[in-house]
Formats: sequence, structure tokens, C-alpha cells
Amino acid sequence: MAFPDRIERTIDLAHPPQKVWAAITTAEGLGTWFGNKATIDLQPGGAAQLSWDDGPSETLRVERVEEPRVFGFTWQIHGLPEGDPRRTYVEFTLEPVGAGTRLTVVESGFAQLSDDAYRTAFDGNTDGWGRELAELVDYLDAA
Amino acid sequence: MPPDIEAIAEQVFVALADPSRRAILATLASQGPATATDLAERLPITRQAIAKHLALLSEAGLVTAQPGERRRVRYRLRSAPMRVAQQFLAALARDWDGSLDALQEHLNR
Repeated sequence: MAFPDRIERTIDLAHPPQKVWAAITTAEGLGTWFGNKATIDLQPGGAAQLSWDDGPSETLRVERVEEPRVFGFTWQIHGLPEGDPRRTYVEFTLEPVGAGTRLTVVESGFAQLSDDAYRTAFDGNTDGWGRELAELVDYLDAA
Repeated sequence: MPPDIEAIAEQVFVALADPSRRAILATLASQGPATATDLAERLPITRQAIAKHLALLSEAGLVTAQPGERRRVRYRLRSAPMRVAQQFLAALARDWDGSLDALQEHLNR
């Protein structure tokens, strides 16, 4: 089984879509349940900042804003170095169910790899292994 | 995802599963390129074992030999396979269950 490219969760909330929408798209909401502090420019291409009291912070790029149904953003893959261009796409979908909301979150793109990263990852497996092996044999013989 | 990506990640995880190889990689990461002799001096591992581990790490593409005189070949860390392995860990490290619990709690307040 391959490692996942996407993560998907669905949760039923006993609150109307408008209230859920506010929780996931306003600085006040995001800064309460998601991070400890947040700012957001709620429009496609806008930036959002999430920060946590214990140190880390994330910069989000808003991609989809369709109130009160779809909110999408991209952010950096967790744990990768600052300059790494890889980003995952997160999309929240809100669907009214009775008086409440069915919220689906999908984060995709974990399995992506830039062409460069792909190429460099392979290079080392074939480069000059014969020479290195010879050096090791010499080393062992001399030891 | 091409199956070869899985193979690269697997080699990283296999390499990291061994304490001696972890120590060699950690030394190269924190102190930079080193010869097998340097590593034998710094780590409680015999030179023969270090040579064996370097061969495995080199074959897996996790270290690369910098050309040099015999016995002075310096090994350096190759970060590309580590970055491949990192993306496997990324999906496991994302905690949506925790975040969604927090959202629910926030809405119920």
C-alpha cells in the first residue's frame, strides 16, 4: 500500500454553515481553534498567517472562496525546509445537513515531487558506484 | 506515484533503522563530510563496520564519495533521498483529527 497522497475527513457539526464558515475563514476563528493567532486576507491569492504559541508559523495562500460552501488554500508540506516549493492543497467543503453542517476537509499533494527533486533523488543511485566500491575494497585491504 | 519513489523512501527508512548507520548519518549531518577513518575515530564502531555501512549508504544514494586519494575519500550526506522520505512522513505528521476536534470544541463553546 502506497503512502497517501491525500487525507480526507468528514465531520458532522451541530451548527449552521454560516457559523462554521466564520470559524474557518476569519482571523478570530482560525486564531482560536487552528492556531493561537491568525491573520487572513480572504480572497483568492490572499495570504493568511497562522502562528502557534510554541513557535511554529505557517503562511497560507487562499485559493478558493465560495461563501459559505468552499474554502481552499495551499500551504507548505509540514517538516520540509523553508525554501522547498512543494505545497499541499487543503479544501474545506460545507454542506447543510438539517440545522447543522457536514464539513469535509481534503488535503492533497503529499506524494508530489518536483522534477528536480525526482531527478536528483535518482542520480545518486547510479553515479560512480563502481569507483566508490573500488575505494572501499582498497580501504578494507589496507586496514 | 512512481514505485521507485517508494523504493527510495524505503532505503532511507531501512538505513535509519540501524543505530550504527543512524550515528554515521547524524555525524555527517552535524559535522560535514568525513573519511571512514574520521568516522571510526568519532564513533564507537569498528572501521570494518563503518566501511560496510558506508557501502550500503552509498548504494542507497544516501551518502556520496568525494573523489580523493586512496584512504582519503570523504563521504558526504546526500539530502535528496531524505527529502523524498520526508514527504512520506508529512502525511503522517498532519494532525487533522486534533484540529477538527478543536474546531468542534470551538463551535460548541
